[in-house]
Amino acid sequence: MVDKKIKTLGDALRRNGVSRRGFLKFCTATASMMALPPAMVPALAASLDKARRPSVIWLSFQECTGCTESLTRSHSPTLENLIFDHISLDYHHTLQAASGHAAEAAREEAMRANEGNYLVVVDGAIPLGNPGYSTIAGFSNLQILEETAAGAAAVIAVGSCAAFGGLPKADPNPTGAVSVRDIVTDKPVVNVSGCPPIPVVITGVLAHFLTFGTLPELDEYGRPKAFFGTSIHDRCYRRPFYDKGLFANTFDDEGARKGWCLYKLGCKGPMTYNACATVKWNEGTSWPVESGHGCLGCSQPDFWDAGGFYNALSIPVGDISRTTSYAAAAGLGVAAVAAGINHKTKVAARKRHDRVTIDDLEKIS
Amino acid sequence: MDARDTIPILIETSAATDGCFQNTRPLLHEIAHALRRLQLEGVATTLDLSAIPFGPGDERQLIDFLGKGEVSAKLEAMGESLIWESRYAGVWIVEHRSTSSERLAFQLEITKLPAILASQPEDIAESLLMLREALESPQADGTLV
Ligand code: SF4
Ligand code: SF4
Repeated sequence: MVDKKIKTLGDALRRNGVSRRGFLKFCTATASMMALPPAMVPALAASLDKARRPSVIWLSFQECTGCTESLTRSHSPTLENLIFDHISLDYHHTLQAASGHAAEAAREEAMRANEGNYLVVVDGAIPLGNPGYSTIAGFSNLQILEETAAGAAAVIAVGSCAAFGGLPKADPNPTGAVSVRDIVTDKPVVNVSGCPPIPVVITGVLAHFLTFGTLPELDEYGRPKAFFGTSIHDRCYRRPFYDKGLFANTFDDEGARKGWCLYKLGCKGPMTYNACATVKWNEGTSWPVESGHGCLGCSQPDFWDAGGFYNALSIPVGDISRTTSYAAAAGLGVAAVAAGINHKTKVAARKRHDRVTIDDLEKIS
Repeated sequence: MDARDTIPILIETSAATDGCFQNTRPLLHEIAHALRRLQLEGVATTLDLSAIPFGPGDERQLIDFLGKGEVSAKLEAMGESLIWESRYAGVWIVEHRSTSSERLAFQLEITKLPAILASQPEDIAESLLMLREALESPQADGTLV
């Protein structure tokens, strides 16, 4: 626990015996994490030195706890921990020791004491079908979200469930799940999508708020542009093979062994915006495409219903050759055409709710 | 040692794919441009390697290519940082690690000397206070410290 008397992040680090060099190192790493240009490190250092501890209330609704796991799975002190330690996490029903009335009292106290200034982090979708589908201390998720968001400075929707409805909203959406933005319309809502989101992206948004007191610039889906500004495909190290038309056709052919492009095996990289290709996972160890599997598109809205994971860009099995010939005729990249076709066939694919079998995988080749 | 090193699984990268993703060459051109800027205008450049889409082997290929020059330094502040000049004078590699050896940042600095190596004004001020304090409270037995 951070000493409540310590006012700023600079104070906290100095009290822990961190030298100025150590602090600059911390700022360099934070700038890198926030995808800021290295030239901004001095400005970042000046702001971070004065950064105050914001109160954060974390609400979990219809979710699998994967997002919290993503953030807290680390066993050693990382940059994420340092940032995370610096916020005042006043309510998180998975992590906090208090439960029942004491926990709810902590949430109410944090809301009262920090009226207008606290951050609300939400993971999970909100069921509108029947309030009883998901409740906390007898209150529906909708009630808690409306009540907690009312006095917040901003809301951060963490994970594709909170950002877009995610798995609970997947066809046929039995609970009537909706996203945070469907409910909270009068406050800034930042969507940190992904299933789960990359941990440094979650802390990157918190660090941005800590540093500048504002929220980062967002894209059309409400996601921070610094992390979601380019597609997986545009930053993929296998891209030179895509450009040369060298594709793996099965998971064990020569192309797969040589690390060629996974487009034909269903990679959704061309239509997916996320930071996996550069930030990677597990402290930069690897990421799905590097491990030989295509991107599933987990940070895009309704990715669960965009057809089979192993169908090239959601085109139903059997349509791939047609897609390729359209591309050749128009002189366009396969991905560009397929993305267009994807748009038109998405509704149909959604209705079919394809299940993928081993046969499907073999048919793709 | 990194906690991942204790996992008894050896990751094999096929020799066919090792470092052949062609992502290092464009970066070397960028380094050459930055070095020219340093030479002509005295302007330093920092390239954040964690923002570069490296495939397996690409990073090692780049670091091997840059090699080691005359200077290397180890910084102990919030974990270890390794800083060394490559065989191309003015091109420095800066790797910051946490107290548990996890990489926090990995950058190329095209500069005369990475700023983090210099003593920082705040630390100098603090040192002066400490030194004065030590001098003002002589030991009872007359020794210096
Ligand atoms: S289709 Fe997938 S594997 Fe191929 S270059 Fe794009 S993101 Fe990489
Ligand atoms: S590679 Fe694609 S599916 Fe995998 S985590 Fe990243 S965005 Fe999600």
